[in-house]
Amino acid sequence: MATEKKIRVLVAKPGLDGHDRGAKVIARALRDAGMEVIYTGLRQTPEMVVSAAVQEDVDVIGLSILSGAHNAIVPRLMELLRQNQAEDILVLVGGIIPDADIDALRKTGVAGIFQPGTPMDDIVNFIRQNARPRSIPARP
Amino acid sequence: MSKENRKAANTLSDAPVADVFTARAPAESERQWAETTLAQALENSPEKTPGAATGSNLDEHGRARFTTISGYPVRRLYTPADLPADWNYEDYLGYPGQPPYTRGIHATGYRGKLWTMRQFSGFASPEETNQRYKYLLEHGGTGLSVAFDLPTLMGYDSDHPCSAGEVGKCGVAIDSLEDMEILFDGIDLERVTTSMTINSPASVLWAMYLVVAEKQGADWRKISGTIQNDILKEYIAQKEYIYPPAPSMRLVVDTFEFGAKAVPRWNTISISGYHIREAGSTALQELAFTLYDGVEYVEWACRRGLAVDEFGPRLSFFFNAHNDFFEEIAKYRAARKIWYKVMKDRFGAKEERTWLLRFHTQTAGVSLPAQQPLNNIARVALQALAAVLGGTQSLHTDAYDEALALPTAEATRIALRTQQIIAYESGAAQTIDPLAGSYFLERLTLDMENGSFQYFDQLDAMGGMVKAIERGFPQKEIAEASYQYQRAVEAKEKLIVGVNEFVNEEKPPRTLYIDERIQDQQTAKLKALRAKRSNEEVHRRLFALKQAAAHEPAACADGAICEANTMPYIVDAVRAYATVGEICDALRDVYGTYEETSIT
Repeated sequence: MATEKKIRVLVAKPGLDGHDRGAKVIARALRDAGMEVIYTGLRQTPEMVVSAAVQEDVDVIGLSILSGAHNAIVPRLMELLRQNQAEDILVLVGGIIPDADIDALRKTGVAGIFQPGTPMDDIVNFIRQNARPRSIPARP
Repeated sequence: MSKENRKAANTLSDAPVADVFTARAPAESERQWAETTLAQALENSPEKTPGAATGSNLDEHGRARFTTISGYPVRRLYTPADLPADWNYEDYLGYPGQPPYTRGIHATGYRGKLWTMRQFSGFASPEETNQRYKYLLEHGGTGLSVAFDLPTLMGYDSDHPCSAGEVGKCGVAIDSLEDMEILFDGIDLERVTTSMTINSPASVLWAMYLVVAEKQGADWRKISGTIQNDILKEYIAQKEYIYPPAPSMRLVVDTFEFGAKAVPRWNTISISGYHIREAGSTALQELAFTLYDGVEYVEWACRRGLAVDEFGPRLSFFFNAHNDFFEEIAKYRAARKIWYKVMKDRFGAKEERTWLLRFHTQTAGVSLPAQQPLNNIARVALQALAAVLGGTQSLHTDAYDEALALPTAEATRIALRTQQIIAYESGAAQTIDPLAGSYFLERLTLDMENGSFQYFDQLDAMGGMVKAIERGFPQKEIAEASYQYQRAVEAKEKLIVGVNEFVNEEKPPRTLYIDERIQDQQTAKLKALRAKRSNEEVHRRLFALKQAAAHEPAACADGAICEANTMPYIVDAVRAYATVGEICDALRDVYGTYEETSIT
């Protein structure tokens, strides 16, 4: 009997900010929802995040950014994913993201943006609906 | 049900009023009340907790369980039966200004001096923040409080690669003395008191402030303010550390010694529970970990040979004001009592000034949702009132747009006006500790105290806070509490107005937007600075600092600052316009950097 492959998620905390409450709560919620979760720890550069994502062969990257550095970090990270032929990884951003920045972030290829107050279940469901284990080819 | 049957039912744990008799011995009159009036009321309308009953907010008999935001069980009614058998006014409460200080540290409460209305503020460039400070002082603010941006907090200059996208975002960007001169331009540092939220690079920013004061002609012995300088809570909660714990603690003790001998009115540390609470701890964990951090600092300073009565009076504290009104007030009252006992009994402090716990309070940023943000004005007012009823010495009230961005000038003004309304309209500041004697509050205060001392025993057994941090103990306790709370919110066991109940769509308010060009401006200023200062002199002074930093400071004679104390060397480097990044790099060369083991 084929067992369903678990969704693999890299929860990352890029930038200088150390406020990791949200990242940790999300990591635990995704794990409780049956996903495999790798947490990068603090102060990751976009290079470090992409390298970890490729090495760990994850399906999803969840970025927690509260400091306002998203406009510098996210475009750089998306560019690095393309350079590494890993643009099929689903990228989500959670944190304090002003409405004014949302369109620009989506244009870089970010699939989901979750602002303060988003229920954990919404994020779990979003990942279940949109992530596809990378090693399994999509059905024709 | 007949009277006889009701009496019989009381002996059974599943009787509706059984909780009245659990872990307490009510007086005969209370027993009669429970068996008649209460039992009848429960029969007519059973109790319901607000929110959804999911099982975990029901007890084993299916009765609704009421708890504080921290999960502390709350009884329906508190009576004399909830106080210990030996409870008496003198020992448990005493008089304000006298041990055990439960009722406050000033004999006149707020009548002689109101709390300092100190609004934490800083954004973008030093020029823009200087304008905001003048605005706050013109509108009746009575102290300044500097928020630095993340590169400054982490000891990087604005042109460092790690600073990309972060310059001026979460606070003001400060790279050198030049920026600090702009920040306090036109503000008399002998007249205003300034608090600086800076931790790992605290000695550097303090040195910059001292040199600005010196250039204004202000006397170091007259200026007053606070540096946060609390590195332990960084490892525990906020994670803005640079060096490993041991050299970080040494830098902190250097500031204690320098302050006691050269800047005697300066609070060289603000031992902070605020960030521990924001990271998701309970009120009790905030209290216990913070005061035990205080114990750890005193231990390290005493090991250096500093006398507890010399530096002890300059230790100050910083607590959170969260949503649960009575729990917060109990926390502040217990804090004063615990610190008095610790300083007197554990450290043998003789001076009354050393026994006093003085604290700043900030309302809970984490409690202010992005949804229906104007509701936050009401939340902040209640939180601030709790801080005042708990006897705070200074207060920051959060702006309603906290969850969305740094505050606009309008949001900042409303926050300050909230404090003024409490001070001048509510009547809460007229009489001292007005809630004392409430059976509920006194029980809560005692449980806060007892619970803290239980944590102290655990932490002592681990060999102190640095050891406990290395084991991840406080981090795990907080992560667990934070997850449980989030789970309760999502299960709607705890209701948050506008977030998981009473939801409606609305347009987001106008917020402050920080220009991405601040980084370019700061980078240009740095380039110009490096071209005009004597770089040779900067290198000489940084080299001298490194040599001092590499030596263990010995205990030294009264009055003189011991030779290897890093503070005088940092002040020298600052005078030559060495930057925050350069000074922190010099110390990184000597001490290395710290990486935490992540706990999720």
